[in-house]
Amino acid sequence: MAGHFEPQPGGGAAVTLDEVEISILRSLAVQLLELVGPGDDSGDAADDLLASVFRDGPSEPPADPVLARLFPDAYGGPDRVPDDDVRAASAEFRRYTENDLRARKRDDALALIRSLDALHPEPETGAVLRLAPEECRRWLGALNDLRLAIGTRLEVTDEDDGGELLRLPESDPRKPMVLAYLWLGGLQETLVESLMS
Amino acid sequence: MHGPAPGGSMGRVSVPVEIERPESSEAPYAVPEPDVPWVTVVHNDPVNLMSYVAYVFQSYFGYSKDKAHQLMLDVHHKGRAVVSSGSREEMERDVQAMHGYGLWATLQQDR
Repeated sequence: MAGHFEPQPGGGAAVTLDEVEISILRSLAVQLLELVGPGDDSGDAADDLLASVFRDGPSEPPADPVLARLFPDAYGGPDRVPDDDVRAASAEFRRYTENDLRARKRDDALALIRSLDALHPEPETGAVLRLAPEECRRWLGALNDLRLAIGTRLEVTDEDDGGELLRLPESDPRKPMVLAYLWLGGLQETLVESLMS
Repeated sequence: MHGPAPGGSMGRVSVPVEIERPESSEAPYAVPEPDVPWVTVVHNDPVNLMSYVAYVFQSYFGYSKDKAHQLMLDVHHKGRAVVSSGSREEMERDVQAMHGYGLWATLQQDR
């Protein structure tokens, strides 16, 4: 799996993906969607839209460490001991922003899935995925969210830098996730480079 | 140097100074405390790519490549960097945007 993005004339970026890579990416994005949670699209759409305008988000940080990383507290941080005021401010902020944030992450993951579904890979050569500049931004968001999710599950630390994880034996149950994590890192890195070039 | 014409032509109508403002009516307690600005802090985390963090600083804040790169290095080496400052509302907007990008950001008063 050596996929890397290359810049396209006129902005945007392109990458060649084979069938396996497409199916791994798609499956990871679907899992992310399931983790982030359903949208407000169950039941009657018009009613739900109205209701969603007035519906507050949660005020407590998510218990799942991945979700807690995707939706962190806005006040406090690692270098401050949160007092009651800080906790109250974080809860307030979360109530008014977390639903929007979840919607954005869903939209990014959905955009990734949609562009994968539009591909028709050949068994030998795979398919070339071409992203317009706006799609690149959504892909960057989705790839980053996927890496945050997997990195949190793998408990990646600063010292790892890939090395520690790479040395895991083949028999380790985390090995497939580690390979996916590193591969996603390569995709994201080359997509950033393509956008900055 | 070319200053305004004496006597005042276009747009230079002289306004009489306010007459006889009674003194000592403005009590000192009416003077507000200068607002302590708020700042957005981005924290280091082991997952986000350095290039991506610099990209976010460039594309969201419109910072130059050099400034974005320096801020990213501060986050990486010092564990945190102040990336913007302003009113509390503005900083909440920035923090929300950083969370949208997947960066770990908080806001606080810059004391």
